[in-house]
Amino acid sequence: MASGGGAARLDLETAPRIRRVIDREQVLHVARLARLGLTDAEVETMAGELSGILEHVDRIAALDLDDVEPTSHVVELENVLRADVPHESLPKDVALASAPDPVDGAFRVPSPQAE
Amino acid sequence: MLELTAVEAHEAMAAGELDAGEYAEAWSKAAAGDDLNAYLWRNEDGDGGAIAVDRPSIAPIAVKDIFCTEGVPTTAGSRILDGYRPPYTATAVQRLIEAGAPILGKTNMDEFAMGSSNENSAYGPVLNPWDRTRVPGGSSGGSAAVVGGGLAPWAIGTDTGGSIRQPAALCGIVGLKPTYGAISRYGMIAFASSLDQCGPLTRDVRDAALLLAILQGADPCDSTSVGLRQAPQLPDREDLKGLRFAVPSDLTEHVFDAGVRQVFEATLEKIEALGGELGEVSLPHAEHGISAYYVIAPAEASSNLARYDGVRYGMRAGADGDLIQMYEKTRAEGFGAEVKRRIMLGTYALSSGYYDAYYGQAQKVRTKIAADFRTAFEEFDFVVTPTSPSVAFGLGEKTADPLAMYLNDFFTVPMSLAGIPAISIPAGLSEPEGGGPRLPVGFQIAAPAFAEQGLLDASYALEQAIGFDARPQGVRGG
Repeated sequence: MASGGGAARLDLETAPRIRRVIDREQVLHVARLARLGLTDAEVETMAGELSGILEHVDRIAALDLDDVEPTSHVVELENVLRADVPHESLPKDVALASAPDPVDGAFRVPSPQAE
Repeated sequence: MLELTAVEAHEAMAAGELDAGEYAEAWSKAAAGDDLNAYLWRNEDGDGGAIAVDRPSIAPIAVKDIFCTEGVPTTAGSRILDGYRPPYTATAVQRLIEAGAPILGKTNMDEFAMGSSNENSAYGPVLNPWDRTRVPGGSSGGSAAVVGGGLAPWAIGTDTGGSIRQPAALCGIVGLKPTYGAISRYGMIAFASSLDQCGPLTRDVRDAALLLAILQGADPCDSTSVGLRQAPQLPDREDLKGLRFAVPSDLTEHVFDAGVRQVFEATLEKIEALGGELGEVSLPHAEHGISAYYVIAPAEASSNLARYDGVRYGMRAGADGDLIQMYEKTRAEGFGAEVKRRIMLGTYALSSGYYDAYYGQAQKVRTKIAADFRTAFEEFDFVVTPTSPSVAFGLGEKTADPLAMYLNDFFTVPMSLAGIPAISIPAGLSEPEGGGPRLPVGFQIAAPAFAEQGLLDASYALEQAIGFDARPQGVRGG
């Protein structure tokens, strides 16, 4: 834990802790879901760091919030509609200009199946 | 003329006493002296192509590199967007251009706005203008450092969990996170869409009001933008009579940095001296803000950052493999450690079997935190806390411990989750723990949703009473 700053002492002991350890297999599973390549060293570090963060986050699991509605958006909004009128959009060549491999007016990607 | 605040410069230009072109040129020269690694791109020839301003009529501005600028490099501090030149300009920046504010440059930031120290930038950390061995805060560290360090008169940044307020506090300037929806997010590279909000980083409160007036407004390109009900006016309130300020003891009992506590308490005394009333309030769920935030923000980020896949823009790696291998390699090479950590955390929290326990529960905590604030505002006009638990910490001091870094957001995250406006104003200097030159301490004031005018008025009165006029060595006043 860092020396300066109050961070270490902001450790709040207000809820019982659930000990959850993220193992190597779980890290690899989540990395696959996220399409994120990790080195062996990163897998090791990630397992420890995620376990530490989740241990802190797990405090909210102990709160009794069964009757509480979840909030996904804080400002009360009516559904916003606009007139269904076509308007100019990004020209195709401009949309393709930043692509790593544009070809024939399209984005080219490697084959989904390895050769 | 660099001593002028943006409002003073604006008034001098309107009175014909200051040539806008010469003024912009002087700031351009000042920006060229950046020795803080604060700018990632500077508008060196004063042209900037599509983002050029025909006739400058207001102070030039520094823009966080998270805002898309047509034809001008926009990286969000990430290697994955190295060299990217967007085909369009963010609404917030477009509003500045239309107001006649030349764009001085794009400022360095934590990668995709994830961080509290600016050490997560792929382009190296920004240095704090008060002490170059220390961090400027984050994620809008570059924007805070250019204003605090005399490299720009004012700047815009973004705040998701404290990313405007905390760096403003650590650099001795004013930072305002407006109500969610006050300013368009169109063209602002998304981190956590239900929390991200653009806002001003300025030398003083009046500059923040002027900048907010330019930026705010509903935008057809962002259906969550609603604007403010009334355009902000420059504040001129001199007292705090009849206004009630609440100290949330559940949060402030966790202030252990003696210097920060001292400045906070001295500022409370100033509020009373100005006729303001002080009271205590309980925000029982606010202390769970960090836990809820570090589920919600990474969850939204893991979804938003799925777009960086080496197909439509940005870098591509592993083109010799199959499609999945290309995705995995591009993202492995393009993203830095903190972004990977948050993508993993968010993907885990959203994955089958964990969704209700983490994301669902965090959204319920969010409901409770917002309700806590609503209850507090039935009795009080404002809630006040220190902005940050400590003054600027040393470069590298917290990089090894992600959780210690996250706790920097302890006082700023609850307001973000509630969507309410909050400002940080410099309140004094304090010696860091372990010794060294004295550094700025920020005082945070939060108000009900859309109560920006009252927030600015009260902040202005308090700012005058505090009279903070310290500047980093070598930086001229304002």
